Amino acid sequence: MTLAGFFFYLFALITVMSGFMVITVRNPVHAVLFLILAFFNAAGLFVLLGAEFLAMILVIVYVGAVAVLFLFVVMMLDVDFAELREGATKFVTVGGLVGAILLGELLLAVGAWTITPQAVSQIRERIPPADSVSNTEAIGRVLYTKYVFFFEMAGLILLIAMIGAIVLTLRHRVGVKRQNIAVQVARDPRLAIEIKKVETGKGI
Amino acid sequence: MEIGLPHYLSVAAALFTLGVFGIFLNRKNVIVILMSVELILLAVNINFVAFSSFLGDLTGQIFALLILTVAAAEAAIGLAIVVVYNRNRGSIAVDDINMMKG
Repeated sequence: MTLAGFFFYLFALITVMSGFMVITVRNPVHAVLFLILAFFNAAGLFVLLGAEFLAMILVIVYVGAVAVLFLFVVMMLDVDFAELREGATKFVTVGGLVGAILLGELLLAVGAWTITPQAVSQIRERIPPADSVSNTEAIGRVLYTKYVFFFEMAGLILLIAMIGAIVLTLRHRVGVKRQNIAVQVARDPRLAIEIKKVETGKGI
Repeated sequence: MEIGLPHYLSVAAALFTLGVFGIFLNRKNVIVILMSVELILLAVNINFVAFSSFLGDLTGQIFALLILTVAAAEAAIGLAIVVVYNRNRGSIAVDDINMMKG
């Protein structure tokens, strides 16, 4: 077995095993850690496929941001996980059957996949040879020119998600003095108070 | 044996099935449901990148990048909902959210 083959089997096996542990382990912190392991090994698979930019983005964004966010929430919420586990055994048989049928059908569909020669002529963005242009540069050449609209849309989606998360979880504390800009701007000069210097003994 | 496209697609298929099975199994625990959805999206990403590599077409990797973006946004919103839900209810058992049921 070649070295690439050995690493493929190693990464693939650990990814699938970690995926299985994510859904079955009792402690939710362990589940998040197994998810992180699955992401790391999937990044390894991406490197084997020659998509090293996507592999590093997976590690930085998925592991570094999303999985850490999961960890924060799991540690912050003080939940009794014992009562959440009961009732799980009710669905194991049906779920296992559905899962087995799904897996069988998917493997039947993809198990003997061959690429026809016509597919090669339909290629939209040919990958340049790896020694001339790195994967990052190749993606950059395409993403910022031909697919720039989708790039901007992705940014917009992230902005909406950020606004949504803040709006959902923001709590206003009572009794905090804040500025109300609208009230300040709508101030009427006739109702304003002005300090007049009054000499002693005289009135206004 | 030569590692070909079917190998990568089988890995993606197994991860997808595990994600679906995880949603089946953990009906009450919404955090594990969200993690199962992340597993499903990871399986789809592996699928896209495998096809991109074996067809020699970069479009698969571009789309996988966009899927990553959407998955991150959805995880953030989902966890924000979980936090607010926990704040209001005191637990994260979601198999009983039927307060608005007529």
